[in-house]
Amino acid sequence: MISPSDFDFLAIPFADWINLFVRDWLVPNFRPFFRSMQWPVSQVLNGLSTFLNATPMLVFTAALALIAWRTAGRGVAIFTLIALVFIDLIGLWPETMTTLAMVVTAVFFCVVIGIPLGVLAARSDIFQAVLRPILDIMQTIPSFVYLVPIVMLFGVGVVPGIIATIIFAVPPIIRLTNLGIRNVRHDLTEAAVAFGATPWQSLVEVQFPLALRTIMAGLNQTLMLALSMVVIAALIGAGGLGLTVFTGLGRLDVGNATAGGVGIVLLAIILDRISQALGEKRSVRTVSLMETMRSLFSPRRDAAAGESQRAG
Amino acid sequence: MKTKITGKNLYKIFGGSAEDALKLLQAGKDKDEIFEATGQTVGVNDASFEVAEGEIFVVMGLSGSGKSTLVRMINGLIKPSAGEILIDGVDVGSCSDEQLRRVRREKVAMVFQHFALFPHKTVADNVAFGLKIKGMPAAERREKAQVALDQVGLGARADSYPDELSGGMQQRVGLARGLASEPEILLMDEPFSALDPLIRSDMQQELLELQRSLKKTIVFITHDLNEALTLGSTIAIMRNGAIVQTGAAEEIVGSPADDYVAAFTKDIDRSLVFTAGSVAEPGEALDLAAADLKSALAAMERLHRDAIHLVDDGKVAGIVTYRDANAALGRNGGTLRDVLNEDFPAAEPDTRLFDLYELAQTGLPIALTNGDGRLSGIVEPKAVFAQLSTGGA
Ligand SMILES: Nc1ncnc2c1ncn2[C@@H]1O[C@H](COP(=O)(O)OP(=O)(O)OP(=O)(O)O)[C@@H](O)[C@H]1O
Ligand SMILES: [Mg+2]
Repeated sequence: MISPSDFDFLAIPFADWINLFVRDWLVPNFRPFFRSMQWPVSQVLNGLSTFLNATPMLVFTAALALIAWRTAGRGVAIFTLIALVFIDLIGLWPETMTTLAMVVTAVFFCVVIGIPLGVLAARSDIFQAVLRPILDIMQTIPSFVYLVPIVMLFGVGVVPGIIATIIFAVPPIIRLTNLGIRNVRHDLTEAAVAFGATPWQSLVEVQFPLALRTIMAGLNQTLMLALSMVVIAALIGAGGLGLTVFTGLGRLDVGNATAGGVGIVLLAIILDRISQALGEKRSVRTVSLMETMRSLFSPRRDAAAGESQRAG
Repeated sequence: MKTKITGKNLYKIFGGSAEDALKLLQAGKDKDEIFEATGQTVGVNDASFEVAEGEIFVVMGLSGSGKSTLVRMINGLIKPSAGEILIDGVDVGSCSDEQLRRVRREKVAMVFQHFALFPHKTVADNVAFGLKIKGMPAAERREKAQVALDQVGLGARADSYPDELSGGMQQRVGLARGLASEPEILLMDEPFSALDPLIRSDMQQELLELQRSLKKTIVFITHDLNEALTLGSTIAIMRNGAIVQTGAAEEIVGSPADDYVAAFTKDIDRSLVFTAGSVAEPGEALDLAAADLKSALAAMERLHRDAIHLVDDGKVAGIVTYRDANAALGRNGGTLRDVLNEDFPAAEPDTRLFDLYELAQTGLPIALTNGDGRLSGIVEPKAVFAQLSTGGA
């Protein structure tokens, strides 16, 4: 009888190869390089989280509500106010501020990295062809899988958590920057060039402003992805609301886990509404609280999100 | 007149390296055969032309005949695969990016078919775009933009956004944007074809007026022959990338180079093309001081005409018909002056036939005078209609 074990000599030791590659080559040779990448991230994060934690709760709540009111209208402002007060009352204010600092840091780097890459991809078909499969891979890998190589290369802690978040959340903004610029009407770009614009001038004067709506839709998606990843990053030592959820789960303390979860959801809704409204700046309107509530909990059906889904 | 733009044996091959396709062209293959053999498209095929300073040079041809490609070579948006394109003697096909940008900023502006206005900028900012690109300070460019907008009659809409304007107004903004940087050359790629017919002819007249006062050199694309004939001092007709005939309106319509051009001109309103001069006969007039009824009748019989002009001191004074003269002769004491019609139809030799219709309806021969009142020829009404009806031949 032939049994599968007779062919053991055919088995591919894939896991061993990867181990060899990462442990014996990548890590020893490149660790200093990866370590140095942490520096800018931790600078931004520290500044931001010091600032957020030092800001009194009432001041911050008022400020965010004001921003919501100016960008997304009265309804979202009232919702923001109530949600933040609720978070404070259930005792999760510091965790929420930590999470917010991490999310904002991650999104900041996503913008700094993603928009230039998106612009380059829009300018060069070759670069786009190279970038596309990479982005596809990045978006299909389950979020947990990111954590393994990150820990090996960067160690554990908040900053590696944010780096994982950046990698996880950056694809949409690259994609939609690329898409937005490529979709600018061809004759408008041509007109800019025909009047003697340099490539930089036509980007700044024409392409970027006209792509801004699409880019903002990308920013919104990036923000949401960052928020979801920052929670998972608690597994490798990032603090904040994610930690509350995981400790709650670990101790079978359903109450605390739920509280953490609710905090995340509230934060997500606020950030989502404000960033979406930023993308549609031209149509600022005041809507009733009722309407806002309804729109908050109804499935998202705006055109920008639908479009990007198809493009993704 | 000075030559402003010269195209010398221009070729444009789209897709891949041009050399193979150029060889095939030289071997006499046509656009379709080359597409089948190499998958490349011939955009422009051996086009040569000259545009004189201050003229309106109209390029026409069917869709896909290479008109847009040809004008885009003039400002370097498309680089020729072979050949030279010279503006004031400088080759724009081979100069550096920096030089090319200077040409676009200083010399050549463009007006687009679908206006291509920037939707996120106000009308004034749209018009000032070229100036901003040049680095002109904000206050100065606002001033210049206002001047350009006044020229096209839209001074009051400076702070509107393009989508608040009608199509005709939008294209005026497009025109103002082209004029604002005070270019010497204006390239217009089917600027009026997205407008409805009434607005379109308004815009044509306005362009002619602007042209009269500003004296720009204009390269104008259209696929409408009537528009070409209204505007063009010179018309070039393109087919499959090649220029098949270049000439004034009358040459194109009067002696088409081949069947393609003839087919183009078949349905044309000939009254817009031909002038009174083209159907004139030599006029003979009698001197009012010397002639009397008898000599007038005799002259008409000799010339086989029904009417004759009379001149007074060299200038045309009026016309006498055979019938009136004969009737006057029958009456006692009738004189030539009694039957002289001083309200006679008159025109100049370069008046278009279109404008002779009304005069021709009087039935009297039309006197052609050169502004000085002297008779240079006459046009018989039937000659006007005969010229118009030879169209489909
Ligand atoms: N970028 C391009 N790539 C490939 N082929 C092109 C390109 N631009 C134009 N062509 C081809 O070159 C030929 C000439 O095109 P062009 O746009 O100059 O024609 P046109 O006379 O302006 O036509 P229309 O009246 O439709 O504007 C067409 O066959 C067209 O398909
Ligand atoms: Mg065209």
